Amino acid sequence: MITDVNINLSRWPFRRLPHDETAKLVGKLERAGITQAWACSFDGLLHHDISALNQRLADDCNQLGKGILVPFGCINPTLTGWQKDLAQCKRKHQMPGIRLFPNYHDYKLDDRLFADLLAQAEQEEMIVQIALKMEDERTQHPRLRVPAVDMKPLPELLEKHPKIRIVILNGMKTLRGDLLAELVEAGNVYFDISMQESVGGIEKMLKLIPLERVLFGSHFPFFYLESSLLKLKESNLGRFREEAIRYKNAAGLLKT
Amino acid sequence: MKTATRKSIWDLHCHLSGVNGKTVDERIARLMEYADRMGVERLVFFMGWPWSVDPDPDDFRRQNDQVIQALSHWHDRAFGFAYLNPKYPRECLAELDRCIAHGPLVGIKLWVSKRCKDSELDAIVERTAELKGVIFQHTWYKAGGNLEGESTPADLVALAARHPDIPMICGHAGGDWELGIRTVRDQKNLYLGTGGFDPTAGFMEMAVREVGEDRIIYGSDIGGRSFASQLAKVDGAEISEKAKEKILGGNLKQLMLPILKQKGIRL
Ligand SMILES: [Zn+2]
Repeated sequence: MITDVNINLSRWPFRRLPHDETAKLVGKLERAGITQAWACSFDGLLHHDISALNQRLADDCNQLGKGILVPFGCINPTLTGWQKDLAQCKRKHQMPGIRLFPNYHDYKLDDRLFADLLAQAEQEEMIVQIALKMEDERTQHPRLRVPAVDMKPLPELLEKHPKIRIVILNGMKTLRGDLLAELVEAGNVYFDISMQESVGGIEKMLKLIPLERVLFGSHFPFFYLESSLLKLKESNLGRFREEAIRYKNAAGLLKT
Repeated sequence: MKTATRKSIWDLHCHLSGVNGKTVDERIARLMEYADRMGVERLVFFMGWPWSVDPDPDDFRRQNDQVIQALSHWHDRAFGFAYLNPKYPRECLAELDRCIAHGPLVGIKLWVSKRCKDSELDAIVERTAELKGVIFQHTWYKAGGNLEGESTPADLVALAARHPDIPMICGHAGGDWELGIRTVRDQKNLYLGTGGFDPTAGFMEMAVREVGEDRIIYGSDIGGRSFASQLAKVDGAEISEKAKEKILGGNLKQLMLPILKQKGIRL
């Protein structure tokens, strides 16, 4: 069993990907032994019709997901009426969480609207995923250079929202030192392995982050799915730690 | 995963970093444990530490000595390239003699001190080819702009076009690989190195389509990178099994065969 907390459907804006058709993506997940995948949509990066994209996301997960795909709606708090999008994610689509792209949506984590969003997500008991980045800044389109999300304001905000569950996606090549330690201290902050690099990378991650906060995430189909799968093999984890990362931590996060 | 069952994975691009160890011997031993876990049979190392983007001759000689020391206990499994700074062409030629003609190294690594299109590179690549050494040049196309001495794939095409019979490897496939692949595809003496950038899906499929499975060489860029993310580019690609075997080892083996034989490496 593997729960992949970091999947996106639809089209990456800058190129076609080998698995950007949902049926083909699900087939690949199945063959790779992924039993659950938390999916948002690449459309969320640039589209403004968020309710339509969340509807498509919910429909795709229902109709093509084979019980594997779990939709995580996209919310853009810079758009008027985002509260309604969030309520729809919860009530209409029964999504367990949302995914945010603050850098593509052009707000900072110390902006008031982010605090408001956290407050409402906490009230709705939704998991909040924040994609720290989507790709290496060095390979971005010259007219669409999007710096990584600055996570510095997050620890202080979380003091006011002790119950909220945060998952930082694609963060492990960027987060380090004091900031990473503060995020670990701050509350229920989880981290996926998708951008963890270096030999034996997960072993290194576990020196900085408690086991129960480390999640399997692949950033598939933007990355080859095998990258995160092979990381489980490269690190000497043992069965207990490997199972925690593969699915038990994610299952616990979903339940609370 | 299929990786473990493959007969011979050769890794073009390894550094003595990413693991603890006060000596090179400790470090390479630690790295070999991970190579074993991932089924990587042979590894090419270059550069020591601390790293330097613009080393003077004393510095690159010191780093090459570190690599030579690291290889010494891994004779048939680990190979090394000499790190050179072409700003010092005379010292580079002497280092080629010291490390390749009279030493155990089997190729050269050129990094970011001087753009490789410059004419100072000519004598270096010619002498390396005479010695049957393999030539590896770092390349990137960076959205924010390259370092002053950092080569693009186009710089390497310029050098390769002046020496059409000398094979050279375009490191990182240019990083922004959609640009890198189309730059090098028609320069037939250029190979693509696949290591040291994110495992972005579609890379290997485009590389095979445009450059062909015979001119692509797997490398990881460990210890900064993982074997996992870099092997995934081959393992996860929708290309033939035959192509995967060539990229993961066959092509590099063929390129290095003359010099490995000359040095009495058991294959
Ligand atoms: Zn390197």
